[in-house]
Amino acid sequence: MSAAPGPRGAGPVGLGLRGIGRPALAALAAIGRVALFAASLLGHLLRPPIYWRELGTQILQIGWFSLPVVGLTALFTGGALALQIYSGGARFNAEAVVPSIVAIGMVRELGPVLGGLMVAARVASSIAAELGTMKVTEQIDALTTLSTNPMKYLVVPRVLAATLTVPVLVGVGDAIGIMGGWLVGVTRLDFTSVTYLKNTVDFLEPWDIGSGLVKGAAFGFLIALMGCYHGMTSGRGAQGVGRATKSAVVTASVLILAANYLLTEVFFTS
Amino acid sequence: MITLSRVTKSFGNNHVLRGVDLTIASGKSMVIIGGSGTGKSVLLKCILGLVTPDGGTISLDGQDVRQAERDAFLARFGMLFQGGALFDSLRVWENVAFRLMRGATRRPKDEARAIALEKLRRVGLGPQVADFYPGELSGGMQKRVGLARAIAAEPEIIFFDEPTTGLDPIMAGVINDLIREIVVEMGATAMTITHDMSSVRAIADHVAMLHEGTIKWTGPVSEMDACADPYVQQFIHGRATGPINAIR
Repeated sequence: MSAAPGPRGAGPVGLGLRGIGRPALAALAAIGRVALFAASLLGHLLRPPIYWRELGTQILQIGWFSLPVVGLTALFTGGALALQIYSGGARFNAEAVVPSIVAIGMVRELGPVLGGLMVAARVASSIAAELGTMKVTEQIDALTTLSTNPMKYLVVPRVLAATLTVPVLVGVGDAIGIMGGWLVGVTRLDFTSVTYLKNTVDFLEPWDIGSGLVKGAAFGFLIALMGCYHGMTSGRGAQGVGRATKSAVVTASVLILAANYLLTEVFFTS
Repeated sequence: MITLSRVTKSFGNNHVLRGVDLTIASGKSMVIIGGSGTGKSVLLKCILGLVTPDGGTISLDGQDVRQAERDAFLARFGMLFQGGALFDSLRVWENVAFRLMRGATRRPKDEARAIALEKLRRVGLGPQVADFYPGELSGGMQKRVGLARAIAAEPEIIFFDEPTTGLDPIMAGVINDLIREIVVEMGATAMTITHDMSSVRAIADHVAMLHEGTIKWTGPVSEMDACADPYVQQFIHGRATGPINAIR
């Protein structure tokens, strides 16, 4: 028995193409909408006014209040990394590389990526839920009627704050991660404190740290951009806000991992 | 004077406004009535530019609103939103003084607070609520704060979107009286959306009935009860049978 024709007589090949084409077109449309939103945001970033009080509040919310989660993540990651490298390095008598690899691994990759992902989970969700709720309860319309541009008042301070504070969080996370490795190295792996710290400092180069901080700024921008975009375009009701929150975290996380790969290509393979 | 001429707006296949013609005279209070989902809020948002109409023209004192300078245009308006739309993160007085502390008409903080306290007093709220957050207030108090915010900068035109929805009859009466008093006192042009007939009788100088995207009837509130329009008669008497389908 032959397969039944699909809608409007499309055969299996047509249905398959349609199955690929529709999501592809939807994805392209979504990328276009985000690009337009980002272009509008950049336009507002470059033109006054800047709401300094809002910016200060967001620096506190995004930067300061994310310190505990980023710090704890870095501490445990640094410790686990030291144990892994020690046990792996022992297979070819390379236990001595633990401090340098922990340091390089933290500042180049794990600090920015894990810090970025933790901030994405905490901040992108919070921004999307807050702005989504404001949209649903007409607070964003109210801002407009009060002669205040929502992009300037709500979006610019959040994106600026995240772009400025995530690199600082990454820097602090790097230091705490290296400290986690040192703690494990000294207490569990028989390193002396001086040797561990000397190996760390000797093998680290300024660009190792700088590249991680640049990644942090890029990730901060993406986190806030996704939180704001999904919040400002949230659907109606609790379901709409819930969907916006979920989408903000998922897209911010995926974009962080994709951007990390691209930036690593640019920074370290040329 | 606000003039709407053949204003249309669709959302996909849903043709909400199908050619609205309406004039709101300066210093008068116009109330738009009509069933839920008939496009009353969309009409109001079209005037403010929160929603872009697909066709037709909207003019304010003879000038097309699309050509008006946006900040100057919006500075002439105040609006009370259906749910209050107070900013959760700001204190009550900061909500009321929001416009006074930003933009071209920015005032010093102390002066803005003093004006906010005076506007709160005008809507029957004491200074003790000024430092509360909106979430700490009852629904009726939030409406009053929203009303105080709408009048804080003494706008020429005030919009009220379902001002009594969700309030008990006594509080609804208080809000209706406040709106009437304030509009008369300020000499403002008012446009109110409601399906609460007690609000209509308390607030309106003129009434317009919106149904299926067009104005079915408009006239002075004094002529509303006697008008022969079957849509108006069914609506104001709340009849289940008539030209308006009860199930939409």
